[in-house]
Amino acid sequence: MSPVVSPMPRRVARGSFWALFKRWETILLLILVAICVINARSSPYFLNPHNLFDSTQSFSEKAMIVLSMTLVIIGRDIDLSVASNVAMCSTLMGWLALHGLSTSSLLIASVLIGTLAGSFNGMIITRFKVPAIVVTIGTLSLFRGIAYIVLGDHAFTTYPANFWELGQGYLFGLIPYEFLVFLGLAVLFYLLLHRTIIGRNLFAYGNNPDAALYSGIQVDSYRFWFFTLNGTMCGLASAFLTSRIGATRPNMALGWDMESIAMVVLGGVSIMGGSGTMIGVLLSVFVMGMLTFGLGLVNIPGIMMTVVVGFLLIGAIASPIVIKKLSAWRRERARA
Amino acid sequence: MNRMTFKKATSNRDLVLGLIVAALLVIITLRAPVFLSAGSLDTLVTDGALLAMMAVAQMLPILTGGIDLSIPANMAFTGMATALLSKAHPTMPVLLTVLIALAIGLVLGAFNGVFIAYLGLPPMVVTLGTMSIFRGAVFLLSHGAWVNAQDFGAPYLAFPMGRLLGLTHIVWISAVLVAAAYVFLNHMKKGRELYALGGNPSAAQYVGINDTHNKMLIYIITGLAGGLCGYLWVARYAIAYTEIALGFELQTVAACVIGGVSITGGRGTIPGTLLGAAFLVIIYNALPIVNISPFWQMAISGAVVLAAVILNSRGERSQGKVILERGRVSTSKVAL
Amino acid sequence: MDPTDPTPVLSLQGIRKQFGGIQALGGVDLNLYSGQVMGLLGENGAGKSTAVKILTGIYQPDGGRILAAGQPVSFKGTQDAWKHGVTAVHQETVMFDELSVAENIFSGHFIRRRGGLLDWATMRSRAAQLMADLESDIRPETPLKQLSVAQKHIVEIARALSHDSSVVIMDEPTAALSVHEIEDLYKIVRHLKALGKAILFISHKFDDIFAICDRYTVFRDGGYVGTGAIQDVNQDDLVRMMVGRSVTRMFPKADVELGEPVLEVRALGNETEFDDISFTLHKREVLGFYGLVGAGRTELMEALFGLGRITRGDIRMRNQPLCPASPRNVIEAGIVYVPEDRQRNGAILPLSIQHNITLPSVRKLAHGPFLNDRAELRMTANIVQRLSVKCFGPNQKVGELSGGNQQKVVIGKWLATQPLVVILDEPTKGIDIGSKAAVHSFIGELVTEGLSVVMVSSELPELMGMADRIVVLHKGRIARILERAQFDAEAIVAAASGLAESCPA
Repeated sequence: MSPVVSPMPRRVARGSFWALFKRWETILLLILVAICVINARSSPYFLNPHNLFDSTQSFSEKAMIVLSMTLVIIGRDIDLSVASNVAMCSTLMGWLALHGLSTSSLLIASVLIGTLAGSFNGMIITRFKVPAIVVTIGTLSLFRGIAYIVLGDHAFTTYPANFWELGQGYLFGLIPYEFLVFLGLAVLFYLLLHRTIIGRNLFAYGNNPDAALYSGIQVDSYRFWFFTLNGTMCGLASAFLTSRIGATRPNMALGWDMESIAMVVLGGVSIMGGSGTMIGVLLSVFVMGMLTFGLGLVNIPGIMMTVVVGFLLIGAIASPIVIKKLSAWRRERARA
Repeated sequence: MNRMTFKKATSNRDLVLGLIVAALLVIITLRAPVFLSAGSLDTLVTDGALLAMMAVAQMLPILTGGIDLSIPANMAFTGMATALLSKAHPTMPVLLTVLIALAIGLVLGAFNGVFIAYLGLPPMVVTLGTMSIFRGAVFLLSHGAWVNAQDFGAPYLAFPMGRLLGLTHIVWISAVLVAAAYVFLNHMKKGRELYALGGNPSAAQYVGINDTHNKMLIYIITGLAGGLCGYLWVARYAIAYTEIALGFELQTVAACVIGGVSITGGRGTIPGTLLGAAFLVIIYNALPIVNISPFWQMAISGAVVLAAVILNSRGERSQGKVILERGRVSTSKVAL
Repeated sequence: MDPTDPTPVLSLQGIRKQFGGIQALGGVDLNLYSGQVMGLLGENGAGKSTAVKILTGIYQPDGGRILAAGQPVSFKGTQDAWKHGVTAVHQETVMFDELSVAENIFSGHFIRRRGGLLDWATMRSRAAQLMADLESDIRPETPLKQLSVAQKHIVEIARALSHDSSVVIMDEPTAALSVHEIEDLYKIVRHLKALGKAILFISHKFDDIFAICDRYTVFRDGGYVGTGAIQDVNQDDLVRMMVGRSVTRMFPKADVELGEPVLEVRALGNETEFDDISFTLHKREVLGFYGLVGAGRTELMEALFGLGRITRGDIRMRNQPLCPASPRNVIEAGIVYVPEDRQRNGAILPLSIQHNITLPSVRKLAHGPFLNDRAELRMTANIVQRLSVKCFGPNQKVGELSGGNQQKVVIGKWLATQPLVVILDEPTKGIDIGSKAAVHSFIGELVTEGLSVVMVSSELPELMGMADRIVVLHKGRIARILERAQFDAEAIVAAASGLAESCPA
């Protein structure tokens, strides 16, 4: 009989403090705290509760999309069309508003359109077996193209009177509605990913689609629904975004595809699929949000934020590899 | 060019595409004969030459199974940088401008290459990040200001639009570079190695192909191409601003995909990519002539990409193995 | 051994190799002689593939030395090994489907013209020459993807020969070949022998070993056991050397009484892969499926499992109609499928043991949509105990377990669904003799417990030993079904090859 091959001895006992410390989520938490401390020191306006809650508005809509994008990425897919989807939903919503629909109808319409767009992606990807990256590159152009066709150079600003409540309204005059909706959704997505069969199967096929298929998981069906869900979140986010900025422009939400992917990856979700936690993603959302807020407080222009996010994205995916290479290099030095 | 390379260089697919492009030309000219007028043709050919260069540059990383979404952002940065230099030193000789453009492109490409080749990070995510970084850097350079036609030095603008045998220098430059790419991909070891890397990475490693060096080479080449095209673009349109070539990521990928380059790597021809670029350029230039607003461009590109990848995918997928022989009477003398 | 030149062309002496804490090779010797075929035998984990990787320059040894024609050498990579004339033909083809045959042959060592450009004309003619030498009519411009598995093997051999090699290593070359193709391969090996090459032939099939090897070397547990001439030993001797004990009952056929029909398949077909398939599987029966490569066995099984296409016929499971729309409803009906490629299709290595074992059953255990941790732990503990899986606990990642224990997790996953029918596709392919016996006795256990087994296999002795009946497929149709009493190797092979037979008994 072949000898029992003993696995690598565990250097860190499970559940020890050190193991907890080295987790991605803990590092994120520390970074979040650090950013808050730095922000508080550099500006007296930071710790004001009104300002803090207001700042959540700049990322609440994006964050809704991040929740569903997390599921897409864990499933080894990617969706580059989210920004364009938002623009298209807003455009069609604005067109409907011109025809006198009420706020609640507009919200529903936006969600429906986003859902349809997402399922369009899902259908082409699963039915025709085309890689997600190139399909969503195509729809990214198609969706925003539709927005441009309808709007041209103009903007829609005609919306019903209470439409602005969605994105600009507060609970108790303090907490923005968008933020509350986001928090509620975050809880739901957490449960979905970590406590349901759906989440379990998602991790399975994100790691090994073949094994999952042979275990009875209908992989293509899941993928289709996750792209559809992503679209739904885009529709929802679009309604809130439009309401907050007060208008529909064809170039709205520009750059959101990169930023949402960055937030997911920064949250510790592997771009190769199969691993990640919702807690990590939530922390990452707040890290980015507080960072943006802080930079804004010291008057750094928005475009700088894009550059920062670009670096963060690359840094987030590079760091595990760099750490692995460094420790391998150090081990070789020690052996030599 | 012997029979085997000719067969490799073209294929049934390319022929069909060539026919489609020809048919397209015929249809449009019938509808609007002005399309084939000297002025219109000149624009068509020059636009085509630019897109062809960028598409061929994009083809190289796609062959290895990667992608470079940062080429247009590279162009924007290099274009703005050289424009600002020209503004400050109007008499700077063209050769120097070109060298500087190439140098900047080289650095930007190498930046991509380090993360993709040496750290092994996924090209799509890395270039998604560098796309934002480069474009943000344009803003940092220019502070949002534009460089207008009158700001440029004369040599800067004159060279690319100078003529040789009736065609602009851009067309000749493009022809030379595309021909060089053709020789590289079909008749040089490093070029063939790209196909191997994309087609079967583990087999490529087995036969000793160094994927790190090759990938670094590729991203440097796309960087150089981006740099050169950045200068040519800005000089051609005599304007430099932050949004140079915005959205061209899609066009380059679209040209490749329409031309039959497989997004997963290992397959693609130069003639195919050229035809793909021709296809797109003809459609874009035809739109205003047949009275379709240019705002339709984005949506059309998106739809064309989707159609192309769906068709590609159906062609790529092997048909189910035909095991049964036709026309045999079943002789099931079986004991159940 | 050539009496005039006893120096081995290539020689491993006292080679050691360690990976982390695991010693893969602990001082082995291997000598390859010109014009001789050396068979390398050993169980899985004996160190054969490590030795091959050292010979081809993929690994460097930690100790011992490599001698080429008596001179010590060191191979820093595959290119180095090629330069010394060492080439290999592997089990999985390491070639490029999109490229032509000629390009595949010269990949990594292109012929160039002056000026650095590739010389396709010369490469094409050299490729044609190599193909002619191997008596193949494959044209050099053909894209590789248009070739069959056997033809791809030939191209691999051509590639090995294109290096002007003195040593050709063949790693399980007959694994995916039909009987005729194996004969063709033997011819090629004899041809290479005649050319004076030294050949290292690795195979689990004793048929191969005794058909063409001149000498043998046996490894066991990373150690060298012995070497000698094939004519001096028989199969039992070799088995004893490989396993360290004699394996008496290779195919322990359980003696069970067959029960009522469990699965009935009638006139099943799709347009392209199989047609008019009818058979009945009884309780506690082991039903074997035999056929040549490409006969449609796996396609049929995958269709039964809900992953293929069925356009005609019907299936009844315990007298209820079954429509295999997807694996999920087939699993719910009580049929499970253990595919050929276990690593890829079996266990999900980065996930925990608990996740893997409960994967197909998660819905059954759950509270509505929510996971039921306690029930899952119970199921996991149950399986781990029943199959004696060596692990630290249910949360350990399956990837950290040994190969054998990973297999147990895969089997455990399926047993947990309490199936009625287990379809095994090539369950002992590429497995050494010791583990084979373990798999066979496990099948016997399953059957004793009341399950039915469908066993697809290309190894006739195994099927004849284990099965109650054998269904022979040929080009997508059933050629014959034989009862145990009728088992006859020649008749079965003839049926599988489509040769006309006198009417079945």
